[in-house]
Amino acid sequence: MPHQLENAENPEKLRRVAIDPVSRVEGHGKVTLLLDEDNKVRQARLHIVEFRGFEKFVQGRPYWEVPVMVQRLCGICPVSHHIAASKAMDLIVGAKRLTPTAEKIRRLMHYGQILQSHALHFFHLCSPDLLFGFDSEMSKRNIVGVAEKYPDTARQGVLLRKFGQEVIRHTAGKRIHGTGSVPGGVNKSLTVAERDELLRDIYQIIGWGRDAVQLVRELHNRNPALYNSFGTFRANMVSLVGDNGVHDLYHGTLRGRDDNGDVLFDGEDYQDYSELIEEEVKPWSYMKFPYLRSLGHKHGWYRVGPLSRVQNCDAMPTPLAEQERREFLDYSGGMPLHAPLAYHWTRMIELLSAAETIKDLLHDDDITGSELMAGGDREQEGVGVIEAPRGTLIHHYRVDENDLVTMCNLIVSTTHNNQAMNEAVRQVARRYLSGREITEGLLNHIEVVIRAFDPCLSCATHALGKMPLQVELLDAEGKQLSTLSRTSP
Amino acid sequence: MVAPTLIIGIGNESRGDDALAPLLLRELGTWLTEIRESQVELLEDFQLQVEHAVDLLERELVLFIDAGIDTAAPYSFNRIRPDSGQALFSHALAPETVLATYMQVYRQEPPHAFVLCLRGEQFELGKSLSVQATSHLQAACTFMRKLLQETSPAAWDEHATNFLT
Repeated sequence: MPHQLENAENPEKLRRVAIDPVSRVEGHGKVTLLLDEDNKVRQARLHIVEFRGFEKFVQGRPYWEVPVMVQRLCGICPVSHHIAASKAMDLIVGAKRLTPTAEKIRRLMHYGQILQSHALHFFHLCSPDLLFGFDSEMSKRNIVGVAEKYPDTARQGVLLRKFGQEVIRHTAGKRIHGTGSVPGGVNKSLTVAERDELLRDIYQIIGWGRDAVQLVRELHNRNPALYNSFGTFRANMVSLVGDNGVHDLYHGTLRGRDDNGDVLFDGEDYQDYSELIEEEVKPWSYMKFPYLRSLGHKHGWYRVGPLSRVQNCDAMPTPLAEQERREFLDYSGGMPLHAPLAYHWTRMIELLSAAETIKDLLHDDDITGSELMAGGDREQEGVGVIEAPRGTLIHHYRVDENDLVTMCNLIVSTTHNNQAMNEAVRQVARRYLSGREITEGLLNHIEVVIRAFDPCLSCATHALGKMPLQVELLDAEGKQLSTLSRTSP
Repeated sequence: MVAPTLIIGIGNESRGDDALAPLLLRELGTWLTEIRESQVELLEDFQLQVEHAVDLLERELVLFIDAGIDTAAPYSFNRIRPDSGQALFSHALAPETVLATYMQVYRQEPPHAFVLCLRGEQFELGKSLSVQATSHLQAACTFMRKLLQETSPAAWDEHATNFLT
């Protein structure tokens, strides 16, 4: 797994193309390409302006505030931070085992988040590229274009997303700033009326989930040459797996596989994550590059998220999703599929699994139970890990005797995928851009492969006019040769 | 019964002037409770998303409140219409795109919609509201009380067209 194109020789003599920021990626991402006189790509890097300030933001706060305040880190997956922080704080209050009601309500909340996040990503961020083509007319390559040509698909995306939000509202208590999950448990269960309201729609949601998997499977089957090769690189895979190796997004132990699918480690307690994972700093990026200590930084980087999870587990927990996982494995011929576009397929398998899991939980009497809280001996340190929509999310805290947070370390999914995304960008740059005149359509190829990972950069700010996309073409002296920009909403 | 007027405030209170809309919503909430106004619903979220199209169903009037960096101080108030060309960025939608999504989902015209955009200066995590934004918030509060005296498309249109800062 070499890092070709990471560092060019004599970069001062090369032409620089910057895509800043990458559109439809949360937060601020920038891609720089250095081209030589023949337009050959000599260096390709994805820079992500990661804002590490939130770890400091949490320090000095009482531990019980943390599960609520971390929701403000990210406007896209606040529930993931809410739950990961709660799991860490469970240990602080000594709740090593939650009540059945508390664990199931949290699971319901989490799978609601997975459902709405995956629906949003596929239907509204990526389907325009997949349904119209990567270099199709830019004005149509968006969700409104999809809605015009594929109205049912777009409508299902909206309603899937809305259903996931309703699950979150009922379990977290509110649509945003939810307080449902607290250190040691939850502060509410579902009422019978809330449960019945969700049950009314869940079978339709499962049906749409099946349609979504079928749609993305057909896209792969229609053009396997493109889908199997676009931006493809080999990588290790890391995720949580639940009991007996079953796919589990809420809780489990850490498992890693190498690029051949052989198990590197299994059953690792995530409290000891820092013994497994090290983070490397590179001078050209603000975001760290995690790797497996046992393999070293050169060979130990890995990929997280749906593509790793579905291939890392031994089975899906629900029947329809398991059937789809097997079809996916058949397609890949029993070997790990490393194609970034297969993220979409596995993401939809997870969406279906989330819908089935929600159905099962809604039929479980524990979710209307009244035993909400657990406790135990007070601790001063806790690690909470979940599989967030985009991948493994680690929250690690230390709390002093005055109940104030003294240390916070977060490793978010996008950080785990930093090296992997860079590799994907290099593959695409080499294959599609090298030696050609750069056009918007070609640059969108880079964005397509980044979006496959669904990076999210903890950027909840969204002020009108704040996120322009600029593409600059500079010569070796830094002189601007041309620029492209898109009007910000 | 669905309240005929919906006000959606977008922002994150922990990110400096991005808190403008949530804070304004809070002020409005207190005031609407005092005057026992039940025909106006307030909704807060971090970002606009496709599912907000569903919240528009059966409304007569919709107001999106947000902070903006290119807005003339203290705020702007404008009528908006569905626009399918605004969906290029990020996980967040523009208000115009929410209206376009509504049309696609329900195959009907969306309700009359307006944007109140308050000028903000700083949006970093952990920052408090800037001095300028505090002043803009006060001005917007006064404006909103005037605006909500008559909740009809024609009356709001008049505010939009006659608006001078």
